[in-house]
Amino acid sequence: MERIVLLGDEAVALAAIQAGLTAAYSYPGTPASEIMEFLVRNSEGGRKFTAKWCVNEKVACEEALGVSFAGKRAMVSFKHVGLNVAADPFINAAITGANGGLVVVVADDPGMHSSQDEQDSRYYADFARILCLEPANHQEAYNMTREAFDLSEKFRIPVMLRLVTRLAHSRSSVETSAAREQNKDLPYGTWQDWTLLPGNARRRFRILLDRQDELLEYSENTVYNQLVLNPAGGRLGVVVTGIAYNYFKEVAAGLPAEPSYLKISTYPFPVAKLRRLIEQVDEILVIEEGYPFVERFLRGVTGIPGKVIRGKMDGSLPASGELTPDLVARALGLPEKTGLKAGEFKLAARPPQLCVGCPHADTYKALNEALRDFPRPVVFSDIGCYTLGALPPYNAIQTCVCMGASVSMAKGGAEAGIHPSVAVIGDSTFAHSGITPLLDAVHSDTAMTVVILDNGTVAMTGTQPSFGTGEPLDRLVAGLGLDPNHLRVIVPLPKNHQENVKVIKEELSHQGLSVIIARRECIQIVGEKKRS
Amino acid sequence: MKYDIILAGVGGQGILSIAFVIDNAALEEGLFFKQAEVHGMSQRGGAVQSHLRLADGHIYSDLIPLGQADLILSVEPLETLRYFEYLKPDGAVVSSSTPYTNISDYPVLEEVFQQIKKAPVHVLIDSEKLAREAGSVRAQNMVMLGAASIFLPLREGSLRKYIQVLFEKRGPQIVQTNLRAFDLGRQAAKL
Repeated sequence: MERIVLLGDEAVALAAIQAGLTAAYSYPGTPASEIMEFLVRNSEGGRKFTAKWCVNEKVACEEALGVSFAGKRAMVSFKHVGLNVAADPFINAAITGANGGLVVVVADDPGMHSSQDEQDSRYYADFARILCLEPANHQEAYNMTREAFDLSEKFRIPVMLRLVTRLAHSRSSVETSAAREQNKDLPYGTWQDWTLLPGNARRRFRILLDRQDELLEYSENTVYNQLVLNPAGGRLGVVVTGIAYNYFKEVAAGLPAEPSYLKISTYPFPVAKLRRLIEQVDEILVIEEGYPFVERFLRGVTGIPGKVIRGKMDGSLPASGELTPDLVARALGLPEKTGLKAGEFKLAARPPQLCVGCPHADTYKALNEALRDFPRPVVFSDIGCYTLGALPPYNAIQTCVCMGASVSMAKGGAEAGIHPSVAVIGDSTFAHSGITPLLDAVHSDTAMTVVILDNGTVAMTGTQPSFGTGEPLDRLVAGLGLDPNHLRVIVPLPKNHQENVKVIKEELSHQGLSVIIARRECIQIVGEKKRS
Repeated sequence: MKYDIILAGVGGQGILSIAFVIDNAALEEGLFFKQAEVHGMSQRGGAVQSHLRLADGHIYSDLIPLGQADLILSVEPLETLRYFEYLKPDGAVVSSSTPYTNISDYPVLEEVFQQIKKAPVHVLIDSEKLAREAGSVRAQNMVMLGAASIFLPLREGSLRKYIQVLFEKRGPQIVQTNLRAFDLGRQAAKL
């Protein structure tokens, strides 16, 4: 078949299309965004599947669940912390079970290249008691996504596909196989399975638990979990999961003989294969991208008598951050290599920054000036480009926790006596998770000021569409019940600076809830429009 | 055959376009490749890098081990130095000499050049000047690709072909500008 150049994310997207996808949903987030971007690009021009950005991950997951109920194949994709937002439908989808194949793609970000944490989604799959597939390379990403839909329909559960940044954002060539048609004949789900009243839920959970042996049997037999015993390889056995396999294979060539190893790419992990490896060796090195998930199970409380277990928990590998071939080489006892050093020369850091001409820069400048005369103001912020306002020259914000937390934390802060208590949140983040806490603040008319930075797009992740922008955003905020006198709209431009400072000061002095919408289009969008 | 490249620059300078051309040329010539890129937050004017690996057999790691890169190809001089520890002792450096000064503590440029010249094989290219000569200051990435092409294990024709593919949607004039940029970079590196 055809060989094409794809990002890991795109290999997943293409596989889903060719697996007979009926609909896919997502919310932007690095490193998962390119999955939906590929689907959106390829759903144009009369192809017969739906590919939609959604207002948040929970909504995306529920929409996919509706597709599965209807007997069609659905995929939902997001970054690891997106699964926190979607956790409610995700966990309960394991209880209802899947009807049409349902694949949940989660892209973890070890090393936090673009994230607030490096949580490992394999724990979520374990928690939900479903299958998790973890490809090591592009071809596996393609093949395993195709298979994930089949497995979901075979076992009638959602299947998680776990990616990590280095695979999601790496490009290589992939061999594709013949496309499959969409589902035609599956009946809808039955109400007894899908209405999780306690009586139904108890029965469904029992079914899920009874299925665990079948999932384990799949893991024992799949070609993706490869046990290679090499008696010449010494008394060390290596357990590698996901892309850790690549680093191991890369550097193991430098050892006198390759150690015996087990490559794990599906969970629940293959216990019998793991036992067979352990029997052959005295020392086990566990190499995983993410948390020490398998390692912790292996160690248990008392370890394994007579065996040494090494990995992230004994310091053989760092407990945080991303793996590299060099770290894996060191854990295998290979000498460290390095190239030229810049020596004593001081390399100035070049952190990401707001673009020249960014509207957020003007808003922060005005906000900083308006707050200058207050002794202890606090600006709670949120997730987006504007989080860069924490850095010089702005030094404008004090918090960034999770989507929407600016508004809720500002309310809590105000109730604890902070004044002025300011929330700064982007338009898309507001639509995602800011509306409900603002409704809360309206209800108690909390003395706080919410600044919505409306640049009309999800800029940080590549200018995806925003759901709460422009005039409809004004109506949305007004519709929550905010006093119309304290809904203000400003245009953050250098020429409006004095006027904007004045508006912000007025609202900061209001002893109740105010919303200031700072509206100017993202300059990336302006640039894109100019080019096209 | 195995050839490992670190691509470096500042977000927005178009190193992913360089990667696109090399990836596709490699595929056309029957080579395997893997290319790890940076997306998301770092793209906003921050340091960006891509590990690009070519081989005539299977490639395992998406990342290049330290001390193993055959080439550092950088569109910005300070960024060149950031990845020096990846370079093989006999590796080559192809670097732009045009600084991108969006930070307040940018070092003295002459000192940056002195450091770059410590690499046994180094080519410094005035990418801004050559890109202007080609017709657009935005074509500095293709100038640098042209300069690096004298080291790459790829045919000039395959690279030119995918420059054409990359820019054809933007019209024949932009294709010509970028091909010219490539040629000027290649000539400059040969001197």
